[in-house]
Parts: sequence; C-alpha cells; structure tokens
Amino acid sequence: MQDEPRPDEILGAVAAFLKGPAVRESGPHIAFQLRVCANAIEIAQRGLTLAPAAETAELARLRALLRLDGDLPTLNRELAHRIREGAIDLAWPGLKDHLWATTLAKLAIDQPGYSGYRAALAERAPPPKEA
Amino acid sequence: MAADDPSAGVKSAGEIVAERLGALAHRVFPAASGVARVTRLTAGATQEIWRFELVQDGAQTPLILRRSPGGRMTAGGGSSIGLDVEAEILKLAAVAGVPVPAVKHVLVPEDNLGLGFIMEFVEGETLGGRIVRDARFAETRPRLARQCGEILARIHAIPPGGAPTLKRSSPAQLVAQWRASYDATDFPRPVFDLAFAWLDRHVPPPAANPRLVHGDFRNGNLMFRPEGVVAVLDWELAHVGDPMEDLGWICVNPWRFGAVDKPVGGFGEREDLYAGYEAAGGAAVDHAHARFWEIYGALRWGVMCAGMTAAFRAADPSVERAVIARRASETEVDLMRMLAS
Repeated sequence: MQDEPRPDEILGAVAAFLKGPAVRESGPHIAFQLRVCANAIEIAQRGLTLAPAAETAELARLRALLRLDGDLPTLNRELAHRIREGAIDLAWPGLKDHLWATTLAKLAIDQPGYSGYRAALAERAPPPKEA
Repeated sequence: MAADDPSAGVKSAGEIVAERLGALAHRVFPAASGVARVTRLTAGATQEIWRFELVQDGAQTPLILRRSPGGRMTAGGGSSIGLDVEAEILKLAAVAGVPVPAVKHVLVPEDNLGLGFIMEFVEGETLGGRIVRDARFAETRPRLARQCGEILARIHAIPPGGAPTLKRSSPAQLVAQWRASYDATDFPRPVFDLAFAWLDRHVPPPAANPRLVHGDFRNGNLMFRPEGVVAVLDWELAHVGDPMEDLGWICVNPWRFGAVDKPVGGFGEREDLYAGYEAAGGAAVDHAHARFWEIYGALRWGVMCAGMTAAFRAADPSVERAVIARRASETEVDLMRMLAS
C-alpha cells in the first residue's frame, strides 16, 4: 500500500498552484501556458481517479456486446471494425447504450465542462419523478 | 540566401526582419521613410505573423507581415494552400465584396523575407468566447448569422478559376481523406466509425457547380466589431468543392464556445444563416445537405484533434498539443448527440 497523500491529491495541489499564484505572477503568454498546464494536470488527475472503474465497465460491456473475450484495445478494434463493415449498427441491442456510456466516461475525464457534454447529460437525465 | 539562419550573423530575427522591411518600404511604398515597432505576434509551424508601422509623411500606418517560418523560400506543405496563393485569394475576395484585410504587397525574392505578403492591420475582436458572451456584442449577435450567410454567398460567387492551383475535391474524396487520417492514428474510436458509416450513406454527389470554399469559416476566424463582421481571416484551407461545406462548418459545436443553443457560431440560428445566404445570391440551401456538412465538420475536427497525439509524440511534445489531442472526445459526444440521441 502506497503512502498518502494519493497521486490524484498531489496533482490537485499542483494544478491549484498553477492556476492561482503562478498565473497571478506571470505575464500573459506564460499565464496562458500555465492554465494549459493546469488543465493537463487535471485531465491526468481525473484519469487516475475515474479511468480504472470506467475501463472495467467498458470491457464488461464490450464482452457482452461482441460475445468475445479479449482486452480493451482488442475489443475496441473489433467493435470499430464491425461498425465500419456494417456488421452492426445502432439497431444492434446494447450498442447505443454502450457508446453513450463510453463517450460520457471519456468526457468526465477529458473535459467535464464541455458544453456538448453538459447538454448530453441534461438531455439524457431521467425525467423527474412525479410527486 | 533567404532563411534567417544563424549564419546571417549575430543579429536577432527581429533585427533582420526590421532591416529588410525597411529596405522593402523604400522600394514598394515610395512615400515611406521607413518602418517602426517591428514586433512578432506569432510563430507557428506554417507561418510567422509580424506587426509593424509604416512611417509615411510623419504618420504611422500599422501593417501585418505574414511570411514563411524563418523566411524560407519553400512552401509550408501540409494542407495549407501557401501564403502566395492565400494573397491571391484575399485579392479575389476583396473584389467580390468580402470583408478582408487589403493585401498591400506580395513578397518577391528581392525582399529577402521569404514567402508571404503584407496586409492591412484590421482592428477588431476574434476571440470566439467574447463574441458569444461579451455585453458589447449583445446587440450585434442577433444580426451575425444572417451577415455570415451574406458573406458566404459572396465568397461562393468568386470565380474558382481565379485560383487555379486550389485543390478540387468531391464530398466522397474529402470523407476518404479524413478516414485515411483517422486510420493513420491507429487508435480505435467506434463513434468515429459510426459517423464515417453515416457519412458514407449520406454523402452528396460532386457539386454540379463547384465553388471556392473558404474551408475554415467559423467563429474564431472572423473579426468582429460591434457593427458586425469586419474581416474574414485564415484562408489557408481554401479549396474548390461543395459550397455547403462552409455552411455546415460554422455550426459545429466547438465553434459555439459554450452557447450550444445558438448553432451558428454560438450567436445565431441556421434559418438566419440560410436566409442571408439565399438573399445575397447563394444557392437555395437544402437543410439535410447542410446537416451532412455539419456532421462531416464535427468528425473532421475530431480527426484533427486525434492526429495531435502523433504530433505530440514526435515533432511537438508540448502540453498544449497534448491537451488538444484530448479534445477528440468532445467530438464523440457531439456526434453521439447528432446521430444517436
């Protein structure tokens, strides 16, 4: 068991430093680059936190969808190939749900603030239950 | 001797450019006494942009120099059309009534500054997020989609024969080109395959009347002032083909800068874009045809981002490059919303 604080916590502190004091004390060009660096670190941080569970779930869905065993790169290649060949399309049971789940899991790491992602979450949220 | 390589001596690139611009000013602008405040604005892989003041009768006129990196005498390559061709297109666009910076001089070997041209400096706002959100554009925004349509109609009225070296591609060829770029990334993205399959099923036939297509007409490449669009910039992806490509590209979600409900650049409605286009002499817009190009545009942006990984791992291991590569997934969510909602 590795020591604390965890890698994601350490990266969070670095990102906060870059966005705060470092940006404040830099000229405009470097300040822009520092914000890009903070953004990059936060992608890595969210990847550490979220990717393992997301990839485990993605692999389970792919195995069920394709009725094949294999690792994530292999099965993703196979899925891409079958879609390209027209062997499966959105009418295939489970494909649409799988692609949505995979896409949303990527965005949660890459760009949780992206407008298209926020819109997709709002559009796909279950309707509020009636009182 | 053309490139500003270190063998040129101990002078900095800025000093060399200033000296050669000064000599050029005397040759090209007979009333000029010289140049001042020569400043590099950007240095990219395909071009450098410099700003300077032309001193004439005691007054200073700001001008822009765009030239090949380091003053090379060879074209940049890639998908860019080349600065000399871009200058010719800017002139054609000006004649057609498109708002563009006026070209003042196209570099010749005697200028010793590489390939490129000198153009008028235009004052205005190009940052897309500010156009979409700033209060000073609040009254402008509702008019912009129609104005963009009118400008596109004028661009598409430019006789493509005026730029004979531009690449001509059919819609199917463009799709094949981006599929090859996607394949070159060697990284599976099932959503991209879904989108390519959709494009294959819906690809329009080659344009009956191929037009000059700007190729990158979007919020971010347009210069605005409160009165509206004052300049159309970044013509380096111009080509000849289906004019509807330009009407689709300006609607792709990343160019809405967060304003997802305003499909045209984050400031307007498709209906206004199309109405302006048709009123200014553009062909009648078939909505499904324009939608094809919007989906194509989203995928094109996605493949461009995905290609950044290879660049990051080889030529340009910058943080900025890595972060743009990670923007490929934004296209996947945009495509899913359009194709699988």
